[in-house]
Amino acid sequence: MSQSINDFIVRFANVNGTGSASANYLFAKAIFRMGIPVTPKNIFPSNIQGLPTWYEVRVSEKGYLGRREGIDLMVSVNPQSMAQDVKSVKSGGYFMYDSTKKLPETLVREDIHYLGVPMMEMSNQAFSDPRKRQLLKNIIYVGALAKLINLEIEEIEKLVGEQFEGKASLIEANHIALKLGMDFVEANFDFPLPFRLERKNLLKGKILIDGNTACGLGAVYGGATVMAWYPITPSTSVAEAFEHYCEEYRTDPETGEKKFAIIQAEDELAAMGMVIGSNWNGARAFTATSGPGVSLMNEFIGLAYFAEVPAVLVDVQRAGPSTGMPTRTQQPDLMLAAYASHGDTKHVLLLPSTPKECFEMTAQSFDLAERLQTPIMVMTDLDLGMNDHISEPFEWNDKRKYDRGKVLNAEELEHVGRFGRYLDVDGDGIPFRTYPGTHPTKGAFFTRGTSRDEYAAYTEDGAAYKRNMDRLMVKWKTAKKIVPSAKLYQKKNQSPYGILFFGTSTFSSEEAKDLLLQNDIVVDAIRIKAFPFGAEVLEFIKTHELVFVIEQNRDAQMRSMMMIEMETNPAKLIPVLNYDGMPITADAIKNQITIYLQQTKNLDHELSKTTV
Amino acid sequence: MSYLKPQFKHPKLPKNKIGYTIKEYEGPLSTLCAGCGHDSISAAIVQACFEMSVEPHKVAKISGIGCSSKTPTYFLGNSHGFNSVHGRMPSVATGASMSNKDMVYFGVSGDGDSASIGMGQFVHVIRRNLNMVYIVMNNGCYGLTKGQDSATADQGSKSKAGSVNPFQAIDLASLAIELGAPFVAQSFSGDKQQLVPIIKAAMHHKGFAFINVISPCVTFNNNAGSTKSYDYVRQHIEATSTLDFVPEMPIITTKYDQGKSTKVALHDGSIIQLNKLATDWDPEDRVSVVNALQQARLKNEILTGLLYVNTEWNDLHGTLKTCKTPLNKLTEKDLCPGEEILEGINRNFR
Repeated sequence: MSQSINDFIVRFANVNGTGSASANYLFAKAIFRMGIPVTPKNIFPSNIQGLPTWYEVRVSEKGYLGRREGIDLMVSVNPQSMAQDVKSVKSGGYFMYDSTKKLPETLVREDIHYLGVPMMEMSNQAFSDPRKRQLLKNIIYVGALAKLINLEIEEIEKLVGEQFEGKASLIEANHIALKLGMDFVEANFDFPLPFRLERKNLLKGKILIDGNTACGLGAVYGGATVMAWYPITPSTSVAEAFEHYCEEYRTDPETGEKKFAIIQAEDELAAMGMVIGSNWNGARAFTATSGPGVSLMNEFIGLAYFAEVPAVLVDVQRAGPSTGMPTRTQQPDLMLAAYASHGDTKHVLLLPSTPKECFEMTAQSFDLAERLQTPIMVMTDLDLGMNDHISEPFEWNDKRKYDRGKVLNAEELEHVGRFGRYLDVDGDGIPFRTYPGTHPTKGAFFTRGTSRDEYAAYTEDGAAYKRNMDRLMVKWKTAKKIVPSAKLYQKKNQSPYGILFFGTSTFSSEEAKDLLLQNDIVVDAIRIKAFPFGAEVLEFIKTHELVFVIEQNRDAQMRSMMMIEMETNPAKLIPVLNYDGMPITADAIKNQITIYLQQTKNLDHELSKTTV
Repeated sequence: MSYLKPQFKHPKLPKNKIGYTIKEYEGPLSTLCAGCGHDSISAAIVQACFEMSVEPHKVAKISGIGCSSKTPTYFLGNSHGFNSVHGRMPSVATGASMSNKDMVYFGVSGDGDSASIGMGQFVHVIRRNLNMVYIVMNNGCYGLTKGQDSATADQGSKSKAGSVNPFQAIDLASLAIELGAPFVAQSFSGDKQQLVPIIKAAMHHKGFAFINVISPCVTFNNNAGSTKSYDYVRQHIEATSTLDFVPEMPIITTKYDQGKSTKVALHDGSIIQLNKLATDWDPEDRVSVVNALQQARLKNEILTGLLYVNTEWNDLHGTLKTCKTPLNKLTEKDLCPGEEILEGINRNFR
């Protein structure tokens, strides 16, 4: 195996519920602390204890943060999945396993190296408490790895110190376990391995955080006071993060009074109802859920759209349909969210691709929801939400004011003349609203999901209904102007081919762009950050012969939305898809694009032949 | 379509303590069928709010879908209303209440809305003890879709079309008590004398107040054979008590026979005075109330009055320890931890 620095993949195979998660995190975080770009991904079952779980860590000095295929080093501590794990190591790679038990002959491959470390045996000898034995077995392999790939032991020890601050005996036990692993490697193997780490300090200022924490924190900064939610993987930790930061920063330390209310609802329908009721009454409220929850919330989302009540929903997407693969990632809720509910509806979607964007877009979603008086859905996914990602640090400007939208107060109501709740007075399609309790005799109105006129009076007059539906389209056009614009990767087009992507396909798409270039295929790129699409998206499509639409679902839903919303030729939009539940890889993107272009060329060739 | 009422106001209309006449509490003309029990309940709500001298705009009225849920249009025209989706009024009311604890919340629902499609939300709003008045206008049928049986239709009850309901009825008042609702009353739309003080007491009660009002459907469920018809209800009604609601502590009326009367003090010092008609019934004893309801059911009677009251339980705001200022009045300064703290949070993730 050729030498390589800071460019490899380690995968850990564990049994869930055995404390491996924190050991694996320790490993990834220590690499992060060495200033080397690192991407850890949890691959876990829908189960609490006893089933196989994997943790994959990609190290990439070039800063490619997407997933890549090909495992250089497998750390196998799960006999259940060992056969599968041996197979997944790439030729010339390494397989570390717990050699307390002898490796079955059938698992010996000629083309990989074996590193047997008797983790359980060493742990049993060193520690007497059964629980400790179990947990510290994991730390032993971290120690072994440190020696094998030059992971700085000082960084690991510092992290252990931070994690167990004030618990000296635990810190000491961890140090012992680390040393056991290191000493074993020293005594038994050649080290370091051909691939290894080297401190780079490339990550100055960056943070390592998951998207759900970022969304929860974004909601705190965005001024959400009410959260209603129902537990569902992979969104639950959004609620947990919101609660954590609210407890910390919104609770009066003396009286215990709270400037927030969190309700675990009886189901997703109720959660959305609470969000709508709160927003209607002038608080900023939100929910977090996943696809099945959005399905249940459909009726309420339509109500909020039609009655024009702000609402924020964070959809941490997972593989569907139905219960699907609840612990696997996908981007399968785009159509569901964009056109949620019966009747003619369209909803604003925000599409974050990093934790920083999760933070910013969640905070911004409250401004957009109140400005546009409509539901805003922040579309993240399991990969972004539950895995740690390297991110730019979060930023906030203390001068920033919340945009509470068009709301009339008591004094303004005195001067506006007749108040028309659904009257578009200034042409942006957004009428003024009032909060309940504002004025004793002015500004009260009846909110309803039935048709009404400009003054909120019930009507079945077709003309009034149509005026209202048309005004909602004017509002939609306003939305296009104020949602985040797409990011263009080039000032001027360089190629007749473009790639278009969003959300968690971003890192792999950026890497694929470089890989294609290595094969002399130049592509322009655009990353969309919101729905509805701005003018720049249409312009990008118009000015390219082919646009590869990269997304993580079977039905190319984003491509469909582009066909629906923009006057584009569907034949120009080529789907590049990944929907096996694992995050999309750069290789998959590169291969699909390359094959398509080769095929097209061949077809052209044959066509010209036949024409001749 | 609802119609505006004439604006004419008699100059000598009496005013309440805050200077409003009853007109300020009314809404547009109802479009429900003439003689609908629901309109009488709306009138009782108007009367109760007027007598309680509550600022009309400090009340919010929230409903689901159905004939009953239409009624908030027809009362309290100066209050914000929200006609939400079928069976989901409790969640919308919960959200609204979380935003602003300083308002009175009227939830209006029907038997289809609460006992069928919205049963889950009905159960859970009780479990959380949301501070609201929850009125079910109970007519035993789906009026707006032309008279199908609802889940509160009594077994054996005969519909206008002649079919007999084979299923057991869900008794919402018993269920509410079983679930721990701290204020449960039952009344009849035709009995304004009883209903108005019940609504007043419910408004003052801090916590969930449930009022199940039998309200005959004149069009689809007022035939012989229906147990929710005017005639049937009038013949089978039995009051647990007469009651009076006294908003201020000192004015304790003594017109009742002391031996039979019970006083219940509410959180704000107001008093509910109950003059007991039923023997062996104690409004503060759940077991006794459940027993009385079951006894009445055996006799095919409808027990009315304030059935149960408990002022001890924390309402949802109390449980969640929300601050005194309504959440919808908080600003950036109260809510956003700011740049410096964010920098600290960033540091924790390095």
